[in-house]
Order: sequence, then structure tokens, then C-alpha cells
Amino acid sequence: MDKNKTDSRRKFLDKGLKLGLITAIGGIGLSKLATKLTAQTDQNSGDKMELMTTDGTIIQVDSSEVMEMEHTPKHDNSAAIREGMPNRKFVMVVDLAKCKNALKCQVSCNKNHYITGDNAWLKVYKMQETNDTAPYWMPTTCQHCDKPACVTVCPVDATFKRRDGLVLIDNTRCIGCRFCMAACPYSTRVFNWSEPNQGEITLALDMGEEGQHISSPEHAGMPSIKGTVDKCDFCPHSIQNGELPHCVTACPNGVFYFGDKYEDTVTNGDETFRLSKLLKDKAGYRLMEGLGTEPSVYYLPPVDRLVDFEDGLEQYNEFQSVEKPE
Amino acid sequence: MENYDKLLNDLAPKKFSKLGVIWTSFLILVIIIGVIAYIDQLIKGQVVTNMRDYALWGIYISNFVFFVATSFVGSVAVAILRLSDKKWRTPIVRIAEIITLASIAMAGITIMIDMARPDRLLNLFVHARLQSPITWDVIIIPTFLAVSFLLLYFPLLPDLAILKKYYEKTSPTASKWYGKLSLNWTGSKTQKKIQTKSIKIVALLILPVGLVLQTIDAWLFSTTYRIGWDSTNFAPYFISGAFVAGVGALITVIFVVRKFRHLENYITELHFDKLGKLLTLACLIYLYFNINEYALPVFTAKKGELTHLDTLFTGHYAPLFWFVTIGGLLIPIIVLLFKKGRKPLPMFFIGLTVVIASWWKRYVIVTPTLLHPFLPIQGVPESWHHYFPSLHEWLITFATLAAALLIITVLVRFLPVIPIQRTAEEQDKLETEKNTK
Repeated sequence: MDKNKTDSRRKFLDKGLKLGLITAIGGIGLSKLATKLTAQTDQNSGDKMELMTTDGTIIQVDSSEVMEMEHTPKHDNSAAIREGMPNRKFVMVVDLAKCKNALKCQVSCNKNHYITGDNAWLKVYKMQETNDTAPYWMPTTCQHCDKPACVTVCPVDATFKRRDGLVLIDNTRCIGCRFCMAACPYSTRVFNWSEPNQGEITLALDMGEEGQHISSPEHAGMPSIKGTVDKCDFCPHSIQNGELPHCVTACPNGVFYFGDKYEDTVTNGDETFRLSKLLKDKAGYRLMEGLGTEPSVYYLPPVDRLVDFEDGLEQYNEFQSVEKPE
Repeated sequence: MENYDKLLNDLAPKKFSKLGVIWTSFLILVIIIGVIAYIDQLIKGQVVTNMRDYALWGIYISNFVFFVATSFVGSVAVAILRLSDKKWRTPIVRIAEIITLASIAMAGITIMIDMARPDRLLNLFVHARLQSPITWDVIIIPTFLAVSFLLLYFPLLPDLAILKKYYEKTSPTASKWYGKLSLNWTGSKTQKKIQTKSIKIVALLILPVGLVLQTIDAWLFSTTYRIGWDSTNFAPYFISGAFVAGVGALITVIFVVRKFRHLENYITELHFDKLGKLLTLACLIYLYFNINEYALPVFTAKKGELTHLDTLFTGHYAPLFWFVTIGGLLIPIIVLLFKKGRKPLPMFFIGLTVVIASWWKRYVIVTPTLLHPFLPIQGVPESWHHYFPSLHEWLITFATLAAALLIITVLVRFLPVIPIQRTAEEQDKLETEKNTK
């Protein structure tokens, strides 16, 4: 018992001392601050300003006290880019019943990613499984697989999988071995065989305006780099602005639905659905499910079609997916 | 002693004849042209090749696989023949080691030529990821290079010391260099003990390292989903193919060296006979794996696989496929079954055909598969549906082949292609055996 008493007394003394020390330091700090404040009040303007603190109370401050805060400089967020957005899992649903090969998605994708090569990242395939079955149009983006074959074989971690489901490429690290392209069963990856000529982006870079176009895996094609791989990035740059990917907004027929698997919601801008219900009701499937790549893109079979397959033939060009300037 | 002098005169390196000079200059010219083409590729990008997004690998990769395959001869000729203690191996092992070194060195360079960003080579180490088969290659190729260099170098030491003495009067500079390279070899008991032990270790090492190298090379392909590559048969298929390519290259080079260095007394018809039998064995094993790879799938082929097999058997790649199968596999087996077929000259032509077929075989493995992806090829220019190497690719590839031949030529010029010391010892043994009888 005695021992306990002395112990608690000791603790009290200890705490008291520490508290005193902190008060002393705080006091010195405060007095220093006060001298600074008084120094400034010398040139007091007399104008008062009303401001709201973070907890909601209104305070009055002398207007000379108010200074513009420097914007926090964009810190190196390469780690965050590789990590991905927390608690999100992006998915896409493509309704094949609605697609009539209008190709607005492809045009928009090409424009917004400055794709000027010969192979678009977003393709609309003319599909027909057998002679006896009906043909249909099938838009494909990167499937953003949960078990991406491309990521497995990359020797330098240039292409990576994020927790929000995206598979992205760091084209400042890519060594151009093209193993990922060989590994991808969806042929979705595109290579920059020569110095890409990307119109305004290239022009801006030539003018030395790199600052405006910081190369980031989150906006592929900004800029593309010779000897590296490119592909659909699911537009995280749009998502961060609260917008849908370019292909989704561009589609006049509402073919593409984009959303979050955790929220179990997908939307094409006009309609919003429960993902699980939509896939269940319309028998959703994924491409080459048998390979076990676990894509993030789901397809709804082309049944009860709203459009005629033949309508799309007009637009179909077997040998071109990127419009060339005349 | 007289015998020994003659032996030394026969086996010591000789200056190039006129033909040798022309040959070497020709190789250097081809290399220079290739280097120019490569610099152009660096500047313009790989757009100068005919590779595109579908045919994303081309002859750079198939040429790389060919070099890797040829380098297997070191493991076969040296390790297997040494470990099984085949006496007839003495005059051919060094040439085999030289081919191995030249091939693996050029394999390393060829794979870098295929890299579109060689300026980022260091990323392979800085950001290395162990699960990628390319990283395995980055580890195994330098390892194999080091082991095969040592396998060439250790047995050379006594010969280099002999050459130091041999050139003492006629060419002091050459003597000085051979002396330095011989690492003060005196032939003392301790030195011999260390040397024997070292050779044994390296010879034991080159077999597993060689097998791993061939296996990883096969896994570069079979770790993908692609039809025609996604095969569990691929590693042994590649190993046996490398066996064929390596022995074929060995026979060809031996024939040429024997002819131009007048080594008929050392590399005899017996050696060709034995090598012919070895090549038959190699071809038979390879044939077995080819049947597994191409004939058996016919029974259960899925739709995509059937399309792939059709292009090989009767389609666009049929002429090449049947050339490499019949010319590079069946005909050698048949010809080499006959004793007359295992004479030096027919063997040379067989060897040459096998090497050429081996090169095209890799092309047939790499290209058709890439042009049959799972989704149809659409939305790209018509020319992307096919692949045939561009002028740049040919020039650069020829340069790598010329560089391999140049390495072999230079090593044959400055090193004793047949181990002097060992041959002398064996001859002594024969003499004493004769005398005692």
C-alpha cells in the first residue's frame, strides 16, 4: 500500500513537472506571437473582417491580418497514383443490345486521349460467332482485369493494378519489351512505334509548356511516348472531376454504363441501375471468362435489340479506327 | 619430341589466309551496315521494322531464341560428353565452347535490340519484378555467359602457356599476351589439381544452367494465353530443339575449321560419324516433341487452335513449316542413318540445313501465333494483318549473325581450336600403350 502511495505521488510530481514545462514553452511561444501581433497592429488598418472558423463560429479579424494562403504545392503523388482511389471499385457494363456502331465513343476517346496512331484504344468489333448466329457490334475497352496477365509479365512494374480496379501504365518507366501486349488476350494494348504526333499536345510540348501537360498514368496519352505501350485507362481524370469516362458520355445510345461495384450502381448518364440486378436480369457476362482474368467490364447479350445491325455497317471500316486528317 | 613439334605446328593459331582476311572483312562490313540500320531504328523508333500491334514480336525475338538454342551446344558437347567420359570428344569440345560463348553473347545483344527503350535498360534492375519471365532471363543469361566463358577459359590455361613459349622468338608481343592470359601457368601439381577441380565444377554447372536457360526461353512464350504458345510441352520441346540446333551448328563449324586449318589428322571421319549419330539422336527426340506439339492437338483442338494448325499445315505458313519439319528434321534423320551419310561432306550440308531450318523454325513458332489473337484483327491497316521482316530488321539480324560468326572466327584465329596439351597427352598414352604391348 505504502509503495503504491509513493508511486502515485511520484506520478503526480512527474506529470506536474511535464505540464509545467509545456506551459512554460507555450508561454514563451505566446509572448513571442503577441509581440509579433502587436508589431503588426502598429499598421492596423482598422477594417474588420468577418470570417467563419472551421467549427462554424463567426469571428472578427482585422483585415490586415488576413493573408492569402499559399496553395499547397502538388506533392509527389506517384505513390497515390499507384495505390488508387480508396474504397472504390470501378466497373463498366456494355449493353450490346443498344450498340449500332455509331462510333461516337471511339471518336471521343481518340480526341480526349490524343490518339493519332493507327490503332484506337476503344474498338467496336463486328462479331459473329458462327454462320448460324446473329451478328452484333461489340465495343471493347481495356477490360481492367482483376487478374491482369499484362501486369504479371511486366518486368519493371510499369503497368500496375490499383485497388480501385484500374490497370494503368507508367509510360515513363516502360522499357518497350511488349511482353504485356503478348500476354493480353484482349489485344487491347497499343504501341507507339514512332514518335507520336499528337497535335496540340505535341505542339505544347514543343513550345516548352510541359507544366500544363504533366505525364500521368491517370490520363493516358498526355503525352504518349515513343517506344512505350498505351491503352484505355478508364479515365480516372474524369472520375476525379465527378464526370463519366469520355466514351460513356459520348455514346448517343447509352450503350456504356459506368459505376462502382462497391456501391452496386452503374449509370450511363441517363439511367442508373443496380449492377447486380442488371447483370442478373439481363444475363451479363464477361469476355473469355474461361481464362480466369476476371475483367471489370461486363457485357449484356444482344437480345431484344433496339437497333438494326445493318445500320452500323455504314460506319464500319475494317482497316481504320483512328480518323486521319485529310 | 618430333611428334610434339609437329603437333604444336599443326595446332598453334595461324595467321589468316587471303580467304580468311576477305571473310573477316566481309563480316565486319555486314556488322557496320547493321549498326547503321540500328542507329536509324533508335532515331526513328521501331516503326522502321514491320512489327505492329498484332505482330508485336518479329525476327528479333525469333533470332534471339535461335541464339539461345545454339548456345546449348556447350551444355551438350561439353557436359554430356565429358561427364560420360567419351574419349572422342577431345578435338571438338573447344569449338563447341567457342560457339556457345558467341551465341549467348549475341543472344543478350539481340534481346536488347528488340527493346524499344534501350535507354531504360537499368529499369530492369532498379524496378525488377521477380514474377516476370524477362527478369528470369536477365538473371540466367549473364549467368550462362559467365559459366560458358569459364568453361572455355579454364581448359585453355595450359595451352596458353605452351603458346607463350612457342611464340617467344617469332612474335614477342603475341608471346607476352598468351603469357598474361595463361595466368602464370607452370603445370605444377597444385595448379593442375585446382584446374581439374575448377573444370569439373564448371562442367557440372553448365548442364543445369543450360537447361534452365532453355526452359526460361520457352516460358517467355508459354506464360501467355496465346494459342500455339500456351503449351505445357514447350520447355522440353525447346530443350530438344536446342539440342538439334546446337549440334547442327557444331558440325557445320567443325567442317569449315577442319578444312581451312587442315586438321584432317585430328578431326577424323570417326568424329563426324560420332557427331552424326549424336545429331540423329537429337533429331529423334525433337521429332517426338514435335509430334506432341503439332500432331496430337489435332484430335482435341479448340476452334482457335485448329485455325492456327491449319495455317501451319496447309495455310500461309505451310511451305515454311514443312521445310523446317522435313528439311530440318526428317531428312537429317534418314540421311544420317546411313554410314555414307555420316561422311564429312554430306554431314556439312546436313548440318547447314539443320542450322538454317532451326532459324526458320523459331520464326514459325513466333509469328503465326501473334497473327491469330482471340479477338479478330479489325480497325487497323490491312498491312498489319501480315508480317514479314523489313529491310532494317534483316540488316540488323544479319549483323547479329555476322557478329556471332566474327566472334567464332577471331577465337579460332587466336586460340588453339584443338586442345594441344590434351592431345599430346593422349598421343603419349597411345605411344606408351603401343610400346608396352
